[in-house]
Amino acid sequence: MSAEHTATVSTPSDLETVAATPGAAKPNPILVADHVVRRFGGMTAVDVDHLEVQEGVITALIGPNGAGKTTFFNLLTGFDTPNTGQWSFQGRSLTGKGGAAVAKAGVVRTFQLTKALGRLTVLQNMLLASPTNPGEKLGLSWLPFVWKKHEAEATEKAMEILSRFKLDAKASDYAGSLSGGQRKLLEMARALMTDPTMIMLDEPMAGVNPALVQSLLGHVQALRDEGMTVLFVEHDMHAVRHISDWVVVMAEGHIVAEGPPSTVMKDQAVVDAYLGAHHDTDLGDDSLLDPEVLARLEAEEENR
Amino acid sequence: MEEFLRILTLSVGEILAPTTAAYAMAAIGLNLHFGYTGLLNMGQAGFMLLGAYGFGITLTLGGPIWLALLIAIAAGVVFALILGMPTLQLRGDYLAIVTISAAEIVRWFGRSTLWQEWTGGASGLQGRYYKDPFHALSPLPEGRWALGPLEYINTGSDSWFTRIFAWGLVALVLLFVWLITRSPWGRVLKGIREDEDAVRALGKNVYSYKLQALVIGGAIGALGGVIYAIPLAISPDAMGRTMTFFVWTVLLLGGAATVFGPVLGAVVFFTAYMFMRTGMRAVSENTGVGEFISSTNVEQIGGMLVGITLMCLVIFRPQGILGNKKELAFNVR
Repeated sequence: MSAEHTATVSTPSDLETVAATPGAAKPNPILVADHVVRRFGGMTAVDVDHLEVQEGVITALIGPNGAGKTTFFNLLTGFDTPNTGQWSFQGRSLTGKGGAAVAKAGVVRTFQLTKALGRLTVLQNMLLASPTNPGEKLGLSWLPFVWKKHEAEATEKAMEILSRFKLDAKASDYAGSLSGGQRKLLEMARALMTDPTMIMLDEPMAGVNPALVQSLLGHVQALRDEGMTVLFVEHDMHAVRHISDWVVVMAEGHIVAEGPPSTVMKDQAVVDAYLGAHHDTDLGDDSLLDPEVLARLEAEEENR
Repeated sequence: MEEFLRILTLSVGEILAPTTAAYAMAAIGLNLHFGYTGLLNMGQAGFMLLGAYGFGITLTLGGPIWLALLIAIAAGVVFALILGMPTLQLRGDYLAIVTISAAEIVRWFGRSTLWQEWTGGASGLQGRYYKDPFHALSPLPEGRWALGPLEYINTGSDSWFTRIFAWGLVALVLLFVWLITRSPWGRVLKGIREDEDAVRALGKNVYSYKLQALVIGGAIGALGGVIYAIPLAISPDAMGRTMTFFVWTVLLLGGAATVFGPVLGAVVFFTAYMFMRTGMRAVSENTGVGEFISSTNVEQIGGMLVGITLMCLVIFRPQGILGNKKELAFNVR
């Protein structure tokens, strides 16, 4: 990605000067977290000392299962409460704020298990996300002339976003009738309705068919190119390599490495913690079904 | 044949009966809770009983009727706040547990001797203490009036005036509920019903919306209690769990999350219920069936059949009469 076509203050190329160490300081951090600890009983799920997320770029948060990625996500977005820690967004503290307050501050999130509102139509899903609708106040709700104008404008904007996500034909269908991939698209489209500054995606590619993954990746990049900051949790390594400008690796609750996607994958700590020695092996390769090949790979793994 | 006509007339009479209006009203409130917001209120009878007490006691003490209505509404509001504030932050099931027990607590306080002076204890508040100021409002002339086979006095307990007042109040509240639920506010409630975390992630204060829905639905329930008390007396034992489950049956029969569902549900339910009971009693008294089912068992069998109806409804037709099948077909929870 070149720097010319973005109008924002910071561009992915700003990260070239950043040291690839855990907790590295960024030139233009939009989200800063310090000493965030979350324990479940005796188990420490998240223990992040320091993290800065650069504004206007796509940051990927990766790590093996149980690394605490989603828990960390929930903490930052107000859906869980940490034992200790503070974090701020655009210089304002978000510590202890609930999910709604975080969203109002401009950080909108999606969920790993898609939360499309099934018994609302696709368009209603979108309109629901429109911020500051006067008709959502109980006192004004029964006076249609107060909110008709906002509603019409929101509908226009919703249809525009839906057509970008190729969901406009489904606008009057119930969201429950959409396929899994379409629900992911709807959730992302709905998040855009709130005009977020930063969008946090929890495993956006999970359970989405490969054809749709391409278009989802395109949408995520488009968000960045429009000036939004994107932080996403992902398992799909191709996706991470393909679109992220910066990768943060978590393991056992800690941040073990940070860096650009091309180099962070080669970091020994990352290889050990997450990718394993065979991260270049195509899991779709039929030879893996051969017990001999599998046994050889397992032996290699043990002797490593 | 004459007997059959009598049964039919009694059943048709239920369509306009004040009690039907009272249940319709309570179901409109419950619809706001359950149908739109997904709140499991298992204690709507508690709201109704408090509304009835608020209305009856104010009038007994000599207060004006507008104040009595306001106090009934206020009783519902306060009860909803007390129940909602601690529980609405928790998962939905907790509200169900709290409401069912709170409604019982209200009933037991009502029937205890603690405030017997005002509530009349277990025997309740006699209608004659509070009905006069209400009947004094009637603009109708003295005498009786008949609409087809239905003939009632103009002003009195089981009168045309009571029916007009009850259904007029239901119509007003229905208009209000229709206005607020078709708005963006109502859309937020439906969103919360589907998934409150998703709505929270879009920057809405879910707790506040749930509390608003609980308070409005509870106040409407209290008005239902007022309508219920006007032609009868206020007796705490008549307004217990059975009443709550009747309200639920009415709501699910008519169709949750529809505007007219509660009204239609109440009309269909009470017409059928009356037809079933009077019919069974007639059959039991006049035929050989009486040897197996005595007429004294009819009430109990009727209650059982209501329970079975509620079960069948939930299993086979969860959307009720008016509900949108599509809207319920994707209910994953």
